[in-house]
Amino acid sequence: MRSDLLCFSSASLRLCGSKKLSMIRFERVSMAYPGGKEVLHDLHFVVPKGSLTVLTGPSGAGKSTLLKLIAALERPIGGSIEVNGQDITILPRGALPFLRRSLGLIFQEKKLLYDRSVYANVLLPLSISGEPPSDAVKRVRAALDKVGLLGREKENPHTLSGGEQQRLAIARAIVNRPGILLADEPTAGLDAAYTGEIVALLASFQRAGVTVLVTTHDEAPFADVETRRLALDKGRLV
Amino acid sequence: MNPWLRHHRDALFTALARLKTSPLNAFLASLALGIVLALPATGEMLVLNFIRLAGLVSTKPQISLFMAQDAPAAAVADVDKRLHALRGVKELRFVPKADALARLKKSEGMAAVIESLPQNPLPDAFIILPASDQPESLEALKADLARMPKVAQVQLDSAWVKRLDAMLRLGRTALAILAGLLGVALVAVTFNTIRLQILTQRDEIEVSRLLGASDGFIRRPFYYSGLIQGLLGGAVAWLLVLGATEALREPLGAMAAAYSLSLTLSHLPAEETVLLFAVALLLGYVGTWLSVRRFLREA
Repeated sequence: MRSDLLCFSSASLRLCGSKKLSMIRFERVSMAYPGGKEVLHDLHFVVPKGSLTVLTGPSGAGKSTLLKLIAALERPIGGSIEVNGQDITILPRGALPFLRRSLGLIFQEKKLLYDRSVYANVLLPLSISGEPPSDAVKRVRAALDKVGLLGREKENPHTLSGGEQQRLAIARAIVNRPGILLADEPTAGLDAAYTGEIVALLASFQRAGVTVLVTTHDEAPFADVETRRLALDKGRLV
Repeated sequence: MNPWLRHHRDALFTALARLKTSPLNAFLASLALGIVLALPATGEMLVLNFIRLAGLVSTKPQISLFMAQDAPAAAVADVDKRLHALRGVKELRFVPKADALARLKKSEGMAAVIESLPQNPLPDAFIILPASDQPESLEALKADLARMPKVAQVQLDSAWVKRLDAMLRLGRTALAILAGLLGVALVAVTFNTIRLQILTQRDEIEVSRLLGASDGFIRRPFYYSGLIQGLLGGAVAWLLVLGATEALREPLGAMAAAYSLSLTLSHLPAEETVLLFAVALLLGYVGTWLSVRRFLREA
């Protein structure tokens, strides 16, 4: 872990939070759900470009909410969030889909579509972004190849194991070649072997220049990988 | 291909694929739409045929002038002379009371009745073809004729056409109201059908939104579904009206013949057919728009 490189304080924000280096930047961000208490309090941090950052914390710490803020699936009640140099808290509603298309999202519940094939699941982000079919075929195959599912395009996700389903979710997240990959508990519920595969995959994306932000309640699987660390507890960075 | 066109093509294929997954639902929804649309469309078809009929009759208005029963031959000759002098009269035909009685006798079942009468109850009459078919001119001519001596009654034979015309106008207004009410019902049917589709596609919509789908991307397939449903509903309605036209052609023709009229029932003309499909598509679109808008607001 290289937690020394993390940018928590306002002072260090000025140093390592420059737009050249930072891919994600939180400044005094607080978040509460309507009618509820605050789930994130006054967060300051920067995720450097090309890093693999692991966000740890117990259940209910606010990890998933933090990722939702980055994808603009939720709005903060205060502060600003910059993604790739753009303050997404002031983006109009119509611009949000374009922001999400620039991100690769891996959800804790996988959110695969079980009424269609493996191929169709990975194709979906490309259909949304209007990719020409000839390019889309190549990119779907490349993404499936990357996660080791090439040759299983016609299968239904139901026929895949838990680890394979997670790899399918990763293939769908990377098929649009995002600059940022956000993974919410990608190893949850997987055995050690599958967990190792997923961690290795995420690390390979980081080496390829993608900024990866992963949430997990168990950071042990990432012990052998060079990461930056953020710890969240009760909505505060610790 | 242009991305915009590609999105629309994909949305159309998605809509067709969704219809294919539940063909019975799609068929029943289209049938319901078609039946509801067929009601005002059949009414419109009938009204249009009656308007055509009234138009044919009203182009030749006639005035029947009946002399008094006791009018002597001199009085009849005097009226004949006056009629020939009137500028508003284009053609004139005299029907002596004896001829009228002879013609009446030929009518089925009337011979015995007429034989039993002590004398001819019919008056001498003139059948007049007016020079103008304008309602004001006809009324003025009718008034002039009624003022002539020994004239018992003047009957404008196009009066019933006017009544028919008024009834047809009333019928059309009633049809418009009915069509409006049924239109609301159709919007509700489409709204509900699309809502069911949305609920079955909820997961896909949610995932698509998370992956960056715009509202337009989500809406488009549903709009195509609504339009396809409207189109199918319009086709069903058109076929039902065609069936009604064929079924009613013979009995209505026979009824018209009993009134010495020639009525061949025609199917909806091209403009009305286009209107029927346009209304069906519009209602499909509006129902979908309301349904999708509500869902996207709730989501």
